[in-house]
Amino acid sequence: MSTDAVLTVEGLTVHYGARRRRRRVLHDVSLSITPGETVGVIGETGSGKSTLARAVLGLVRASGGSIVVDGEEAVGYGPRQWRALRRRGVIQYVFQDPLRSLDPDLTVADSLAEPLLVQGVPRAEAAGRVRAFLDRVRLTEDLLDRLPGELSGGQRQRVAVARALVTDPRLVILDEPVSALDSANRVQVLQILKELRDDGVALVFISHDLGSVAGVADRIAVLYRGELAETGAARDVIAAPQHPYTRLLVRSAPTLHSAPADRAERDALRALLHT
Amino acid sequence: MSPLSEKLRTPADSTLAQSVLSVRDVRISDQAHGREIVHGVSFDLTPGRTVGIVGESGSGKTLTCRAALGILPAHFEVTGGAIELDGRDITGLSAAEWTGLRGSTISAVFQDPASYLNPSIRVGAQVAEVIRVKKKVGRREARGQTIELLHAVHLRDPELVYGQYTYELSGGMLQRVLIAAAIAAGPRVLIADEATTALDVTVQAEILDLLADLRDRTGLALVVVSHDLAVVAQLCDEVLVLRQGEVVEQGPTHEVLHRPRHEYTRLLIAEHEQYGLDRFLTPEEDL
Repeated sequence: MSTDAVLTVEGLTVHYGARRRRRRVLHDVSLSITPGETVGVIGETGSGKSTLARAVLGLVRASGGSIVVDGEEAVGYGPRQWRALRRRGVIQYVFQDPLRSLDPDLTVADSLAEPLLVQGVPRAEAAGRVRAFLDRVRLTEDLLDRLPGELSGGQRQRVAVARALVTDPRLVILDEPVSALDSANRVQVLQILKELRDDGVALVFISHDLGSVAGVADRIAVLYRGELAETGAARDVIAAPQHPYTRLLVRSAPTLHSAPADRAERDALRALLHT
Repeated sequence: MSPLSEKLRTPADSTLAQSVLSVRDVRISDQAHGREIVHGVSFDLTPGRTVGIVGESGSGKTLTCRAALGILPAHFEVTGGAIELDGRDITGLSAAEWTGLRGSTISAVFQDPASYLNPSIRVGAQVAEVIRVKKKVGRREARGQTIELLHAVHLRDPELVYGQYTYELSGGMLQRVLIAAAIAAGPRVLIADEATTALDVTVQAEILDLLADLRDRTGLALVVVSHDLAVVAQLCDEVLVLRQGEVVEQGPTHEVLHRPRHEYTRLLIAEHEQYGLDRFLTPEEDL
């Protein structure tokens, strides 16, 4: 384990519900990420991927294991301590639906300045930093006075990305950041993420879509039924998947060239995983 | 012989496979705003073949499908070109004639399967109802045929699924139930409009494999509509790329993938090659 990790998760376990309804959604998940690294977390419905995102942001409570954010053991933190940690701006997040991470009543300018104001940055300076930032996320100044409802889906997601980045976080958790976008906007957001990574920001990119994760991730972790099925360099996980579930994922992902040939292998893997 | 069944018959002199869906320079307009939305779409579909339509929302791909199904939204009209279904011009068909054609000649599945099923009726009974009405069989027979259909769409326990409600089934299972209902009356053409978009990748592949099986086994002709070029590439012989109501590219799938002419098609391909799995999986010489 690297000592300069921005985030280190060890043996993370999360349960939902109480007593008889208690069920385990994450079991013994370990993950670490260093500055400038992008880790893709792949998972489908029920894999626990969004729970992982929420747990490392302190939005759901871990029932076991350790979460070290920026050198701070946070797993035992209460809501107030987590809020303080998030407010420092070291760790930020972007979710699939930007309308949920943006206040519908705030203009783009106010939405972007808010995280800075929370940190105590004077208003004039915050406005200046927001302006300087727009270019990086391909937004134009004329959008600053608009409300989220007056933006296209792609613009909204770029505002959400900008809002997450304006405090210069060291770590950004992205949960399905491009799933709701069309091709042109998806490419644009993925390109922005690549540039961020080159600037030294650590990204955890969580998605069901192996394709878009493959485009930006250095390493890929595959979540299956709440456990890590496989972790490795993106190239290795995709070109030579080890776990049967990862193999099924790779053979199922729509690609431009290879699909029909993979049919027999898909059928064999489905039979294997469903027994 | 009635004039209707005469019209429905395909000419016997043709030795080539007869087109089951023929769309010729179809234009669709929003009459409320006096705007043309789809500016001329053409394709020809023969049994066992698959045409793919790729485009973003607003490209006109769904309107084109709805025109072929006779279910254009209010104020929208086909204002140019012609659509032939199993050799028959659909212009001016009455509501009763459409009811006869839908399900038994052309059928469709869409993105959100749950919204097409009644949550308070067991799913099996809903499929059986389609069979009872379309094939004019008794309840017991309809039930038997439904179980067979649920089996044919690879639902693992058809008897169990028959008695379940929508909330008890996953998105992939619901889409299988909808496909079962769509093919119940033995249509010649099935339109799958973003039918796998909301599903997990592994489930999406299961549904696409199922559609390919049905096509290969029964000669069903497919129209696969998606925003994702790769989804269409899995299944289709021919691809149309639609943008803002305009067909910007059309041709055999491998041609479109290997020699895209339009800048927009190149963008769709680049997305997969630069940001998708293809980067790791595609051999260099294939690019």
